[in-house]
Amino acid sequence: MTEPILSVRGLSVEFVTRRGTLRALDNISFDIARGEVLGVVGESGAGKSVTGSAVIGLIEPPGRIAGGEIRLAGQRIDNLGRDAMRHVRGKRIGMVFQDPLTSLNPLYRVGDQLVETILAHLPLSPSAARKRAIDLLAEVGIPAPDRRIDGYPHEFSGGMRQRVVLALALCAEPELVIADEPTTALDVSVQAQIIALIRRLCRERGTAVMLITHDMGVIAETADRVAVMYAGRIAEIGPVRDVVQDPLHPYAVGLMGSIPTLAGEAERLVQIPGSMPRLTAIPAGCAFNPRCPRVFSRCHVERPEPIARGAHQVACFLYDPASGLPDPRQRAGVSPEVGA
Amino acid sequence: MSTLVEVRDLRRVFDVSKPWLERTLARESRMLLKAVDGVSFSIQRGETFALVGESGSGKSTVARMVVGLLQPTAGEVMIDGVSMTAAADAAARRRLRRRIQMIFQDPYASLDPRWRVGRIIAEPIRAFGLARGDAVTARTGELLRLVGLDPADAAKFPHEFSGGQRQRIAIARALAAESDFIVCDEPTSALDVSVQAQILNLMRDLQDRLGLTYLFISHNLAVVRHMATTIGVMYLGRVVEVAPARQLFAAPRHPYTRMLLDAVPDLALSGRPRTPVQGEIPNPISPPTGCTFHPRCGLANDRCRRENPVLRDGVACHAVEEGRDMAMPAAAVTA
Repeated sequence: MTEPILSVRGLSVEFVTRRGTLRALDNISFDIARGEVLGVVGESGAGKSVTGSAVIGLIEPPGRIAGGEIRLAGQRIDNLGRDAMRHVRGKRIGMVFQDPLTSLNPLYRVGDQLVETILAHLPLSPSAARKRAIDLLAEVGIPAPDRRIDGYPHEFSGGMRQRVVLALALCAEPELVIADEPTTALDVSVQAQIIALIRRLCRERGTAVMLITHDMGVIAETADRVAVMYAGRIAEIGPVRDVVQDPLHPYAVGLMGSIPTLAGEAERLVQIPGSMPRLTAIPAGCAFNPRCPRVFSRCHVERPEPIARGAHQVACFLYDPASGLPDPRQRAGVSPEVGA
Repeated sequence: MSTLVEVRDLRRVFDVSKPWLERTLARESRMLLKAVDGVSFSIQRGETFALVGESGSGKSTVARMVVGLLQPTAGEVMIDGVSMTAAADAAARRRLRRRIQMIFQDPYASLDPRWRVGRIIAEPIRAFGLARGDAVTARTGELLRLVGLDPADAAKFPHEFSGGQRQRIAIARALAAESDFIVCDEPTSALDVSVQAQILNLMRDLQDRLGLTYLFISHNLAVVRHMATTIGVMYLGRVVEVAPARQLFAAPRHPYTRMLLDAVPDLALSGRPRTPVQGEIPNPISPPTGCTFHPRCGLANDRCRRENPVLRDGVACHAVEEGRDMAMPAAAVTA
């Protein structure tokens, strides 16, 4: 097996507050291979964006990386100094955020922003950089790029702006792109265009993508593998088809069931009682235990570690032979009926 | 079933011009935005009528005019036979007000942070004189239980609740006036999916128990599919297609509806072929001539560029009218 582009091992992130130390990420591990799209899903506060920020070294005080390591193509990057990290960011890891307006400087022409970024990372002459900027804009599907390059961000529509941000992220041919809710601010018709674009770029260039979103539909369309996060931990990680259609972790089962689909009209949506715990009050043992329909004594005491099951990894004692339970797949055939 | 709400040729124009002096100095003319341009539909008692569309399509403006938060420029809203606009119906309208309530998108903005939950829910009860003294407290507790909260929660402030719980409080407030018609403007789009499922289930349960009628505004087609009995699709201030929910999803007719359904990322992983979506919603200040969808439509011809289609038999499209849409394969949406 070739070495993964991104390898995260035992990563923990803490925020020091007056009320004590909050653990936003608690010992998570995952890999992303070359050309692979890893989807990261979860509800607000699950730690999706913190994971992205940790990888690009943008955790600001009072937050800090409390443990674990992050490797980019084998090289450790979580302990790099400020300047060294700045070179990695932009050059080797590109970023796309939710709101394209905040990623672009409204006072500079789109072309100037692209050229500036290209010159910062690549040894090109200004005229060659401008040509490259035009090529990039064409590649992300902006019509008449040689004219639009001299436009200001406000002259672009939301979808077009997000394309510019994507071009900006791709300036220096990064090995990894971190896209944090790239389509959330867009209308569905435009969203589909951006998804198709991300998929195409990733296939053509072999760029790995970490796609952070709360929208399972987007993940199902785009990602190769998906990690489901809950309260700062990875509940389940595996190939997208398996996780979406046949999830193992009770939280993932509930999450998939709670999404209304176009295909059929369910009389009732599966509902998970309660809501995700705040970081100040994460229960002992498995963080999901107060909401879990299949909780048993062990879940209150021990924290489940990821257990390999086929191509999945699932952090749930139901799947641990040491729990001495009958094979859970037989009972999991029925989706958990949960009351409010 | 009988008709509860009748919307006839509703229009709303916003003046988005610059101030007079600036406009005069720059020699610019007035700029008018037709947010809603001739919308008609009717809602049957006990059903959920959904308006879907992308941002800027005018769906929220319609909702605000239906509840009377915004005066229409032209057209009429009749609720239970009473006009919401005609001056003659003023007395009847006052009685009607109680029966119409609204639930908003952002439960962080729609509840007064300095009021206790009990006072928030009791306000409509007091305002309409539906109960007095201890009966108000009893009714508040009853409403809280109805939406799945605890009567003791009445003593708390909104900030002590999560987003989903706040939306439950907003629903309790809407029900406090003993209303039977509730306008919901994106009630779950600020919520996480698992919480969204709780709220959607609750809204359906309440509809079954209390016989409520909903006008449901959303951009999320999957949510609409789950909730609605009838759906109106809006594009640039006009309704382009109206159909029973099942029919709309099984056999969409208007090219825009087909495009919209095709663009929704689906969990089914069917690998269905997609027609690439063209372009974006145009600027509503200077909409295209004729059918406003023609620049993005694969079926547009000269007539579409010239003439604005009217809603006939549930769809406003020249191509459908003339049978030109048969060439286009029906969107591969599983029925």
